[in-house]
Amino acid sequence: MVTEKDKNGQAKKDVVIHVEGLVTGFGKKIIHDHLNLDVYRGEVLGVVGGSGSGKSVLLRTIIGLNEPREGIVEVFGRRAGHAEGSRMRALEVRWGVLFQEGALFSSQTVAENIQVPLREYTSMSQELMDEIAAMKIALVGLPPDTAQKLPSELSGGMKKRAGLARALALDPELLFLDEPTSGLDPISADHFDQLIAELQESLGLTVFMVTHDLDSLAAITDRVAVLIDKKIKTGTIEELRKDTTPWIHEYFSGPRGHAALAGAR
Amino acid sequence: MASIENAAKPDAWFTIEHGVFKAGGRWTITESARLDQQLRTLDAGPGDAITMDAGAVEKLDSTGAWLLLRTQRALEKTGRKIGAVQVPERYASLMANLDRDDKKQQSHPLPRMSPWRYRLYRIGKATVEAGRQGWRMLGYLGRVTAETGEMIGAPRKNLRFAAMAVQVEETGISALPIVGLLAFLIGIVLAYQGADQLKRFGAEIFTINLLGVGVLREIGGLITAIIVAGRSGSAFTAHLGSMRVNQEIDAMQTMGLNTVDTLVLPRVIGLVISLPLLTFYANIMALIGGAMMCYFDLGITIPVFLRQLNQAVDVGTLMVGLVKAPVFAFVIALVGCYEGFQVERNAASVGQLTTRSVVESVFLVIVLDAAFSVMFSVLGV
Repeated sequence: MVTEKDKNGQAKKDVVIHVEGLVTGFGKKIIHDHLNLDVYRGEVLGVVGGSGSGKSVLLRTIIGLNEPREGIVEVFGRRAGHAEGSRMRALEVRWGVLFQEGALFSSQTVAENIQVPLREYTSMSQELMDEIAAMKIALVGLPPDTAQKLPSELSGGMKKRAGLARALALDPELLFLDEPTSGLDPISADHFDQLIAELQESLGLTVFMVTHDLDSLAAITDRVAVLIDKKIKTGTIEELRKDTTPWIHEYFSGPRGHAALAGAR
Repeated sequence: MASIENAAKPDAWFTIEHGVFKAGGRWTITESARLDQQLRTLDAGPGDAITMDAGAVEKLDSTGAWLLLRTQRALEKTGRKIGAVQVPERYASLMANLDRDDKKQQSHPLPRMSPWRYRLYRIGKATVEAGRQGWRMLGYLGRVTAETGEMIGAPRKNLRFAAMAVQVEETGISALPIVGLLAFLIGIVLAYQGADQLKRFGAEIFTINLLGVGVLREIGGLITAIIVAGRSGSAFTAHLGSMRVNQEIDAMQTMGLNTVDTLVLPRVIGLVISLPLLTFYANIMALIGGAMMCYFDLGITIPVFLRQLNQAVDVGTLMVGLVKAPVFAFVIALVGCYEGFQVERNAASVGQLTTRSVVESVFLVIVLDAAFSVMFSVLGV
């Protein structure tokens, strides 16, 4: 949040995502009520909240899949959401999105999936695209023969990794992850966390991650945004642990929260 | 096509002189296509040692890093001695990651197939798969037949009347409007075309023979079976398929419920009951359509139509058509249920198998119809 910068006495940081006064809803139900959020360059932001608190809706609104009722959504300083055609595309090539189940195109092999954005936006030779696909597949820690497989031949964890490889195809600066570790066993989830941390560091990514996974939060996020009462509260985990709002208190100080945070230290 | 490429003013450069490869600028995906082509035709010049210095790179992403790494590998292959690529400190971990990944991959080289071999491989795979599919379906036919037999032997035990009645309603009664309308239209078309041709011989009256025999023996049953295959066969596959996706079928199995008993038999028996009835109804509707056309086009009144029809067909003609209906019904329901059970746990699979189910059941219905025709002609019916 804006005040946080002053509090920590830090220099003005580069804002990648700027959300101001966002209102969304379906029918009569309001999901976000004048919500504000800033995401800074190079940070990993974890977004948490109870079921139905609108985490995924927020993500979908930022990437333009959901029309906001009111408010400003800016990504890289440009209006998203209302942007259309070429302006939206200019934004889309600068971010990558990993959907919950990977959302791979089921009729194409993993390599072809990764090459979809390359084919659309660059004039690379097929040879280079093949190399890039192999490189991305290795980057997300999948075995080389995954390239020729169809999504239906992959396990859930592999699908997520392949989805991540596709999200990284255009070397985006910003990465959106929708529950990247849900449905993975703890070991795979840990590996996935490590992978994201490693990629974030080596590629200098900004990561916006919706998650339920306390271990992920503790392991890789710089800041956490909690969706509560249709608004958002952000801070580091340490700061949020001191928060007295019942839900936040319970979230971070309940048995699971305790274990995860203790493990991270 | 939209492009993110920076074609106007190239921003990344490299030089190779006196054994030093220098790179600078923005080595990113926006420059990659051009760099790729230039690097492929790179002439390293004389000398057996090359230093790679990319210290002047302002921005490097994984695509750019890959190009540097690939160039290093390619130069190494020419037998020269190449040191590690020098990159700015902030990109060192990216280079190290890619280098590690690439080495790992090299140690497990991917067996590559030539396009022709790959095509051949796919044809072979599809052929074997088709054979297996036929074999499995035959197995399934056996299982369902056996269970149907058992059920008929001891009907009280495990026949689900309520489920069966629901199926009769879904596949029979709900299909009345569409089957009726289509059969009526077919009757009109058939009568019109027949009348048009027979008029030339002054034998308009035989339009009724054509209509009666054609509809009762063949068209009525065939059209109904094809409509039902498209309507109910697909519904069976989609329903059972989404139950599988939802793991409902797994849940039933763990409760010890026999899925053939609970899901397949009500559908098979329901359809075997309703399809002959539907066929009879379709026959009547087609004859009504034909009679109407005869009246308006040829001026044949209803009493004349009925008298001529009476001469042209008898109960045997009707039975020849109706006897096929239960067989068609059995095949349609069987294929629909079988494909439903083949659905894998993803959304695309439901659609794929529903399509396959309709194609297969229509195919089998027509093949069976041809087989019946051959059989009847041998038997002289």
